[in-house]
Amino acid sequence: MSETYHLTTPISDETISTLKSGDIVYLSGIIYTARDAAHKRLVDLLDEGKELPFDVKGAVIYFVGPTPPKPGDPIGSAGPTTSYRMDSYSPRLIAEGLKGMIGKGKRNKDVTDACQEHKAVYFGATGGAGALLGKQIKSAEVIAYEELGPEAVRKLEVVDFPVTVVNDAYGNDLYKIGRAQYEVK
Amino acid sequence: MREIKYEEIVKNVRDIIVYSASNLPEDALNAMKEAYENEKSPVSKEVLKQLLENADIASSEARPLCQDTGLAVFFVKIGADVKVVGGLLKDAINDGTEKGYVEGYLRASTCHPFTRANNKDTVGYNLPAIIHLDIVEGDKIDIEYAAKGGGSENVSRARVFPPAAGKQGVIDYVRECISDAGPNPCPPLTVGVGIGGTFEKAVISSKHALFRNIGSVNEDPEMAEMEDVIKLELNKLGIGTMGMGGTETVLAVHIEANPCHIASLPVSVNVQCHSSRHTHITI
Repeated sequence: MSETYHLTTPISDETISTLKSGDIVYLSGIIYTARDAAHKRLVDLLDEGKELPFDVKGAVIYFVGPTPPKPGDPIGSAGPTTSYRMDSYSPRLIAEGLKGMIGKGKRNKDVTDACQEHKAVYFGATGGAGALLGKQIKSAEVIAYEELGPEAVRKLEVVDFPVTVVNDAYGNDLYKIGRAQYEVK
Repeated sequence: MREIKYEEIVKNVRDIIVYSASNLPEDALNAMKEAYENEKSPVSKEVLKQLLENADIASSEARPLCQDTGLAVFFVKIGADVKVVGGLLKDAINDGTEKGYVEGYLRASTCHPFTRANNKDTVGYNLPAIIHLDIVEGDKIDIEYAAKGGGSENVSRARVFPPAAGKQGVIDYVRECISDAGPNPCPPLTVGVGIGGTFEKAVISSKHALFRNIGSVNEDPEMAEMEDVIKLELNKLGIGTMGMGGTETVLAVHIEANPCHIASLPVSVNVQCHSSRHTHITI
């Protein structure tokens, strides 16, 4: 049975242990944005032994490149981008203490293995619901790589940001479970 | 000869870009509502509800439906009796595209293929637009526009089969493409299938097929029947809305077929996410 949780970041290992694929989570607090280009730079920093622009321990990263804000708004439309492009970078960040990722679409085995090994989850947000999701973001501040434009790293304050647990820390995958239920062979 | 001012084209292009970003066209909205009614999975149904709500917010608050406001793709037919005054048609479309993306606060998603930089001097502000031009009879300019997102483009594919592959080969290829894509292209989808022609003709036809209104019937009865067969097959995959599992994976299959070489059967599958932002105007 799917449960509904209201969680505030940062997220503890204990909380991760309670989450199961299919659970609905309303996230509040600070989350960070990063897409491919920013991920590459973050992992390069780790390789060089340098500090990341934000504390990754217990953190949640949202894979998003928002539209520019209209005057008076903190951010434009901000739905998830396809996550597999971050697959080669995510395990490294998970090993450093990243607890959650928000995106859409499948992850590879390296990522789901890392989720099991280090206790982390992959959340799905509704792709193409950028207007609706953007409204749950109360503030946005570019904290690194401004020159990347929509791909810059942003610190977002979110309130009740709706996501679903796709990959939990036990090796379950909502995409496989859901599809198996409705596939006609 | 009818004269059409450069600035008039710029303004029209700018306006359809800004409008399309926040307003799902009626055919797509109706198809989504129908999918919501028919969906058997409660999870997918809930996500469809979220998407219909999103369409409402986008339209009433003039916010982009999706943060991926796409690359601007145009199919343009210019009448042989039209003279564009004040500049070139292509430049007018690009100028209108730049204006639309900047003034509409839309995301510039164009970048250099390797540096990935969005440099205004070269490819910034979502330029250049992707423009397919044709010359036809008459004194009008016909513009079909779509904002094409990256997620669904990334799962699209093309292949030249030997003729023996036949209809079943095409059906299997489309099924494999959508099955492999799973949740990634943001279903429920419109699937454009280009059949025949040369390699690039099949690809362009599969793109153009996505501009057709969802719910319209293919003029070629043989292709219309094939569209129904493929749609039924694809909805058996169980992918559902955003891959959550469900009965409504595909809103429509659109085929454009062309005569081809005796040695070849080119097939292209171009995938469109649920946010099918397409429009059609005549100047």
